[in-house]
Amino acid sequence: MLYDIWTVFWRDGIVLRRRLSRFILSRMVAPLLYLVAFGWGLGRSIQVDSGTYLDFLVPGILALNSMNISFNSITPVHAERIYHKSLEEYLLAPIRPDAFVIGKVLAAVLRGLISSTVIVVLAWLFGAHFTPGPLFLAVLTLNCVIFAEIGFLAAMKIDTYEAMSQVNTYILLPMSFLCGTFFSTAALPDAVAAFIDILPLTHTSYLLRGLGSGADVSMLSLLVLVVYAVGGFFWSRHAFRHLTD
Amino acid sequence: MADKDMIVVDELVKRFPHKDKEGRDTEKTAVDGLSLSVRRGEVFGLLGPNGAGKTTTIRMMTMQTRPTEGRIFYDGRSTEHSPVDVKRLIGVVPQHVNFDQDLTVGENLELHARLFHMGKEERRERIAELLDFVGLADVVNDGVRRLSGGMKRRLLIVRALIHRPRILFLDEPTVALDPQVRRRIWDLIRQMAHGGVTVFLTTHYIEEAEALCQRVAILDRGRLVALDEPAKLCDRLGRFTVEWDERGERQCQFFAARHEADDFAASLDPEGGILIRPTNLEDVFIARTGRKGGL
Repeated sequence: MLYDIWTVFWRDGIVLRRRLSRFILSRMVAPLLYLVAFGWGLGRSIQVDSGTYLDFLVPGILALNSMNISFNSITPVHAERIYHKSLEEYLLAPIRPDAFVIGKVLAAVLRGLISSTVIVVLAWLFGAHFTPGPLFLAVLTLNCVIFAEIGFLAAMKIDTYEAMSQVNTYILLPMSFLCGTFFSTAALPDAVAAFIDILPLTHTSYLLRGLGSGADVSMLSLLVLVVYAVGGFFWSRHAFRHLTD
Repeated sequence: MADKDMIVVDELVKRFPHKDKEGRDTEKTAVDGLSLSVRRGEVFGLLGPNGAGKTTTIRMMTMQTRPTEGRIFYDGRSTEHSPVDVKRLIGVVPQHVNFDQDLTVGENLELHARLFHMGKEERRERIAELLDFVGLADVVNDGVRRLSGGMKRRLLIVRALIHRPRILFLDEPTVALDPQVRRRIWDLIRQMAHGGVTVFLTTHYIEEAEALCQRVAILDRGRLVALDEPAKLCDRLGRFTVEWDERGERQCQFFAARHEADDFAASLDPEGGILIRPTNLEDVFIARTGRKGGL
């Protein structure tokens, strides 16, 4: 099974290697804009309890960016399934569905982490203060895994490009802004905050912010992310298996 | 199951969800109780008009679609209980071109070889050997988008053969190809069969089935309507065909003996010419499916 995972990952690795410079450059645009607009611009007039708004903002940007990149890195599987039909190659091969799901998710996680590295470097250049330790990296990875799995599920279940883009519009975009990325969820009405607190990105934002500033973090948040990741894997595997129904 | 049987299909059924004219949820039967067997080393053809269930059948046989009912065995192994073993036995050439558009020709083939656990040296040699065999060695580093239709078709066959399958499925292998490329692909299929590969192909080109297949099955609306050697199917219908025009339509009548055909032709008073000829597989097809054209 490890060899099959490697094969699936190898394919995505070839494509990434071929487009690496373009990938890194394109991944710099959105975080740069966030850092300039919300860090330098708007951020100068905002004070938060923990220090500067830039320090508050960077973990949020890391959370939302790793979400977007890992989700969008796996969505080409949708075109492979619906338009190019190249997914059939994996359905015909003597490999387990787990291997395909894990290989694809790992490739998306790699892209998410490369993109996060770009943001960390940019944030330091902008003068942000935070310390990314091993648990910080683990949370970031977990976030990539969760949204890669959600992207995989969307690619398995959705039949049109239009509907795929609606996932971005109706799920990822609201989460990008509301899940503790740009402001604390405590500022939201109770009912909205309660709903937002169920979502994985909220827990990633809290964990990254806490871990980056050396504060205590909630183990419950970590558990929530693990539950999302494990549940997402089994659901993705199920969806891939049922392509042959 | 006889020892000589490589593939056994037993009462295969596939039903899909469907909405009827009133918009109610119902089911549509694409394949309805199909049973057949394919002998070791045989070239077997599945014929049928568009929508007859050929592609659904091949998708079930290659485990891309789960049957609603029925069983499939390869060399005694069931697709239900030994799917991984069976996948190692078969190679599939789909009707559509389904290469990975982000990879080169060589990378597409290497991906396939890796998925079938071939070692590095074996992969390299096999890919070079097969590309050479089909005259595509020069394009190994090109993107697949740059290939012509005929080259893509040959490459699909190469990809399916990389892991040395014992059974090769070809779904409409020469659809939309010009006659030269079609003949070249036929030669390729014959060479594989000579090499001991069992070939199962679907086609709606009658001449393709006549040129390649030892036995053919005719499928119509999901049901098997005929199965035998082409010559025997023709004999059963009548070895000689009389063709003539009547009220603007071409008519046919079949006869076991030439003198019967001659006598019948003499009794006709047609608008156009009368043709007496040997019965062919297309006659069988039309007689069995009741359709002209679109074969």
